[in-house]
Formats: sequence, C-alpha cells, structure tokens
Amino acid sequence: MAGSLERGAGAAEPVPAVESPFRRFAADYSANGIALAALLTVVVLALLAILAPWIAPQNPYDLTQISIFDNMLSPSERSLEGKLFLLGTDDQGRDMLSAMIYGLKLSLFVGAASTAIALAVGVSLGVVAAYFGGLIDSVIMRLVDLQLSFPAILIALILLALLGKGVDKVILALTLVQWAYYARTVRGNALVERRREYIEAAHCLALPRRRIIFRHLLPNCMAPLIVVATVQVAHAISLEATLSFLGVGVPITEPSLGLLIANGYKYILSGKYWVSFFPGLLLLATILSINLVGDHLRDLLNPRLKR
Amino acid sequence: MLAFVLRRLGQSAFVIVAMAALVFLSVYAIGNPIDILLAPDADQQERAAAIARLGLDRPLWQQFLTFLVNLAQGDLGKSFVFGSDAVSLILARLPATLELALVALVLAIVAGIPLGILAGLRSDGWIGRGVMTGSIVGFSLPNFWLGIMMILLFAVELKWLPAGGRGATGTFLGLQFSLLDPAGWPNLLMPALTLAIYKVSLVIRLAYAGTREAMLQDYVRFARAKGLSPARIIGVHVLKNILIPIVTVLGLELGSMIAFAVVTETVFAWPGVGKLLIDSIARLDRPVIVAYLIIVVGMFTLINLAVDILYSILDPRVRLADGGH
Repeated sequence: MAGSLERGAGAAEPVPAVESPFRRFAADYSANGIALAALLTVVVLALLAILAPWIAPQNPYDLTQISIFDNMLSPSERSLEGKLFLLGTDDQGRDMLSAMIYGLKLSLFVGAASTAIALAVGVSLGVVAAYFGGLIDSVIMRLVDLQLSFPAILIALILLALLGKGVDKVILALTLVQWAYYARTVRGNALVERRREYIEAAHCLALPRRRIIFRHLLPNCMAPLIVVATVQVAHAISLEATLSFLGVGVPITEPSLGLLIANGYKYILSGKYWVSFFPGLLLLATILSINLVGDHLRDLLNPRLKR
Repeated sequence: MLAFVLRRLGQSAFVIVAMAALVFLSVYAIGNPIDILLAPDADQQERAAAIARLGLDRPLWQQFLTFLVNLAQGDLGKSFVFGSDAVSLILARLPATLELALVALVLAIVAGIPLGILAGLRSDGWIGRGVMTGSIVGFSLPNFWLGIMMILLFAVELKWLPAGGRGATGTFLGLQFSLLDPAGWPNLLMPALTLAIYKVSLVIRLAYAGTREAMLQDYVRFARAKGLSPARIIGVHVLKNILIPIVTVLGLELGSMIAFAVVTETVFAWPGVGKLLIDSIARLDRPVIVAYLIIVVGMFTLINLAVDILYSILDPRVRLADGGH
C-alpha cells in the first residue's frame, strides 16, 4: 500500500515539463493537504476492500474458522488457543477486524454499484428530457419533483419493507432514490448545451438523434455530475448502513458495516463498546474522506472560482 | 396569487392521489391482499368474510375506488398487533416525533447560525477552516452510530443522562410533551442533539456562504462608513439577509427530520411514529405501515405547499417565474 501512497504524491509534484490538463488538475488538487490525505484514504480503503480475502486475518463467513468460544473477546485479548484478536470479537466469535474489512467491501460495493446504475438511468432520462422538451420533459421532471419532495430514507425504507432484505434489493432501492438528482443536474446543463453551435452542426449533418444525444450532448454535460456522483457515493454508503441498522438492509449472512454496528448495539449498555465502535469509526472514515474529496472537487470544478 | 395557490393545491392533490395509488398497488396488488390484511392465524370463515368485505372479486379500478373512499373516511384498517385503529395509533404517537423534530430544529438554528457567521467572518483563519471542516464531519457522521456512541459515553460511562425512553412528560391540550416537565429534559437532550447534528452542519454551510457574500455588499460598507459597531452590522444587517435562505431550507428540512426521526427514535427507544414504523415493519403489521405512509406523505405535501405559498408571499419573483412555464 505504501507504493500507491508514493505514486499519488509523485503525480502531485508541480514540476511538469509539458503541462497536460490532467497534470495541472492533479497539481491543483494536491495543493490542499486535507483533500490529498482524503483521496489517499479513499484509495487505501478501496484497496483494502478489494484485497479483503488476502488481507483479513480470517474469513468471517467461513464457519470452520470461527469458534463460538472466542465470543465477545475485548480488543487485543487472546483466545484460549493463543490467537490474537486486535479489535476483539463479536457475539459469534468472529474477529472484528476481519468482519470490518469484509463489511467495508460490501458497503463500498453497494454504494458504488447503486450510484453507477442511478447515474446511468438519471443521466439518460435527464438528457432526453432536456433534448426533447415538451411533454416528455414535463413527465420526467414531474417524476423527479415527486421523488425529491420526499426524503430518500423514507422512500428506501418503505421500498425495502415491501421488497424484503437482500443486497440486490438494497441496490435497487438506493438506485431508485438517487436517479432524480442526476436527472435534474444533467437536465439543467443540457438545456444550456442544447443551444450551442456544435449541436446545431450535428443537426445539419443529419446525424441520428440518438447519436446527437448520447455522443455529442451528454459528454458535454458530465463535469458537474462528477461532484454530485462523488458526494452521492458517500450518501449511498451512509444510507445503506442506516437501512441495515434499521433491519431492512442487507441480510445477516452478509454483514455490512451498518449491520455490524447494529449487532454491537445490543451490547452497548453492558459497556462492550468494540463491536459497534470500530465498524462505526471505519464507516465514518470512509464517508468523511469521500465527502472531503467531493467538497474539494466542487471547489476545483466550479467555474466561478477559476483562477 | 389566487391562481398560484389553486394551481399548487391541484398539484398537491395530484401527489396525494398518486401516492395513494402507489401504496394501493404495492400493498394490495403485489402478493395476496388477504395475507397482508388478515392476521396469519385467521381461520377460513374470517378469510371468506374479508374477501367479501374487501370486494376482491371486483375489478381493480373498483377496488381502488373503495380504497380511496375508506381512505377519505380515515379508515385504513386495524393493527394486527395492537388490535386498534391504525390511524389513531399513528396520531397518538405523532406528538412525540414532532416535539423531537422541533427541538432538534431549534438546536440546529441556535448552534448553526453563530458558528456559520463566525466561520464566514474568519474564512481565511483557522477558526473558519476549523468550523467548515467540522461541518463536513457533521455531514459524514452516521446518525445512528453517533447516537450509540453518545449513549455509550453519557449514559453508560459517565451516567449523566438516561440511555433511552421518553421519561417524564407534562400534559397540554391532552397531549404529552417532554418540554413541559424539566424531569423529561435529560431524556430529550441526546435524541434531539443526534437528530440536530446533520442540520447544524447544513445551517453552518448556509450561514457561512451567506455571510461571506453579505460582507462584500454595499450596505455593509455603508453601515461601516456610518460608524455602526461591528456587533450591530452583523447582528442586524447581515443576519437579516442571511436568514432568508436558511428559513426556506429549514422549512423544507422539517419533513426530512420527521423521516429521519425513524433512526433516532430506534436508537433511543423514543416512543414516536418512527419507532412505531420500524416495529411494525419487523412484525409485518402492514395496516400501520400503510397508515404511517399515507399520513406522513400527507404531512409532507402540506409542508411543501405551505412553504411554497409562504415563499410566494415573501418573494413575488417565485410566483411570476412559476407562471412563466
């Protein structure tokens, strides 16, 4: 992981012989120490999640590796066989550190997958609404208004109460509560872009509509979406954790960070803090670093603040 | 003005009917409605009676009409668990949630506005950067985890506050309110703080942006030239101007606080509608879920309508812009 840290810092060095836009952006981004640290944290957490099976001390889903006799060991305590549990164990005798790494994997996967699907759906609908206008625009945008006038947590909660538990269902619910943000953002942009000369030129070339919309109009509306999507990943991860905590999210067989916290909630009153505390800390670190990256990207990509 | 109000009323009515249709379709048409509306231990006779009563042999649009008529009469069935009317069950729990949301809203305003103004005035100093970074942390804190950690610290370790429940309440107009009895305040404090944290961050951001913008305006320069004290410039002239967006956003956020109270109430065992909803989902008590949904959606629609109308009275441009398209 140290390698990736150094690479990230190397790209930041402001001594470019040829100033490519990417290099300049990287240099601009790295000028802010907190934002750079946040980006590195995101990279490290993502690597941790991807490499979970190789990094985690045990496989928390593999019942042969878990002993119920090791349950509720406090951090740094050793089991009867002398095995060390750095962050303690839960009520099933699972190593908390391993459960957290696997939980992080699921949380990041759900956040990223639902954001990606919602982005695709929302962007397509938004750009279609802006391009065609009229009735299509009205119908799509009324749906967006309807969706956005109710809090995401409420819609997701009700959907999952009806659909039942499951990773796929959580992703579906999170997609349904997110698409409207992208549709609205992209439509605002596309309404401006639609009147530009290059779209007129594309019309004159008699290009098919689908090509104009998705190859010409859409790529020019993407910049503000990067910020919205970054913040939404953090939002989706937080929402998934909340839903899982409330008992309508992922099933108990595949615990995400939120479900791990919920699991430890039972033991809080007896002072056994570690089952809730450590997964929550990891969840906070994840959401916070993604939000810090998003916040800094917003400043950088805001044309009004361009130097 | 009247035309605007009427058009918004029409939109609100449409939203309510659309939501009722969605609820009807999802609860009545997906799966067997009898399983949903009847307790699992119902016998054959009760099943037949229920099918006749619900008219399940009739076409779907007729069933929907019946559902709407029952809805208009406030009849959404009886809770399987409590055996009482689902709507009155929700209404009985509503004051606890509203009180929690309102106290949290006040906390958000009282804490958020001074911090945001301070950060806006010192935006280049460590105070400004510290407050703004703090507000991102506030945005990022998983609400339920914050609540759990507060219980751990203040209830389990320090034993200063009770871990949950509503505690003592005073009675006003036949309703129970914790604010009326000082013995109930410790119970209210942690849930309200937890619920408020996210909104505090939001208010800080709004007040920060507003203050930075306002400080560059001519009226502030003029007030300075006139020799007004900084306290008066900020406390009167700047504050008035930054309040407009804050009040608007918070009006709209009241609804989301009621929804988010689901989480806070679950963590602190606060006996409001949110806790009732989660318990009902866990027990598959569907009439209560439907009643919650219809009532909360109705409340949201009313709040949105009220904010829109108020805003159009305060700011005529909104009215005109809306008439434009």
